Amino acid sequence: MTTIHNGFPATRRLIMQGAGVVALTGLGITSFGQAAFAAANDKYPDDAFKQKGAADAIKSLYGRTAEPSDKVKLDAPEIAENGAVVPISVSTTLTEVTSIAFLASENPNALAAVYRIPPGTLPNVANRLKMAKTCDVIVIVEAGGKLYSATKEVKVTVGGCGG
Amino acid sequence: MASTIRVRAILSGEATEVQVLIQHPMDSGFVRDAKGEIIPPHFIRELTFEHDGKNVFVADWGTAIAKDPYVKFSFKGGNKGDDLKISWVDNKGETDTTTAKIQ
Repeated sequence: MTTIHNGFPATRRLIMQGAGVVALTGLGITSFGQAAFAAANDKYPDDAFKQKGAADAIKSLYGRTAEPSDKVKLDAPEIAENGAVVPISVSTTLTEVTSIAFLASENPNALAAVYRIPPGTLPNVANRLKMAKTCDVIVIVEAGGKLYSATKEVKVTVGGCGG
Repeated sequence: MASTIRVRAILSGEATEVQVLIQHPMDSGFVRDAKGEIIPPHFIRELTFEHDGKNVFVADWGTAIAKDPYVKFSFKGGNKGDDLKISWVDNKGETDTTTAKIQ
């Protein structure tokens, strides 16, 4: 009896969840653009920092995907002996840059930092990241409403995420 | 208490180059201490640079920023002697602010 009794709500819940997901994805396509704009320009993008993978984080932050560009110059070491401190800098010749984001694809949460660049500030940023293991460092430059990226693999000999 | 923020802002040509070093553990929440207990996350979430009443640079940080964070950027429009106000707030609501003069 209990199985039948429990079965119904469970099924119902599953269906509801499924419907919710469908509804969210449906809405997502139209509403992401604006939400992302706000996230990249005004307030701390909580959701983007919670995403596991790089692609999800980029989507959560900007609602779009980036195209690789040779105008984005990513400067990172080939080999980082200590993953706890990996110096990474980016510069670009692109104009109208509004934000720059740093990601490490294999970190527990891929997104490391987002920098908001108001007019008058140069699109060059240097910082130091933690990297859990050898992986791609991805830099996203938002310029003129479009996304450009550069990627470089950094080999990490000692991880910086609590090994 | 001495400020946690060390800053150097130097005007060269028309751009001011700003370098900042902050003392902060930037604990990610993934690391265990000697007893095997997780060290809870404690990291700076937002760092802002204000010049002449407006933000010239805002950093949103996650846990993957290295301990005692460093960042460098440049902006136009600053003059020698101008104030540059730097402040951060972390995930526990702790905060620090300092003002530096552009050199």
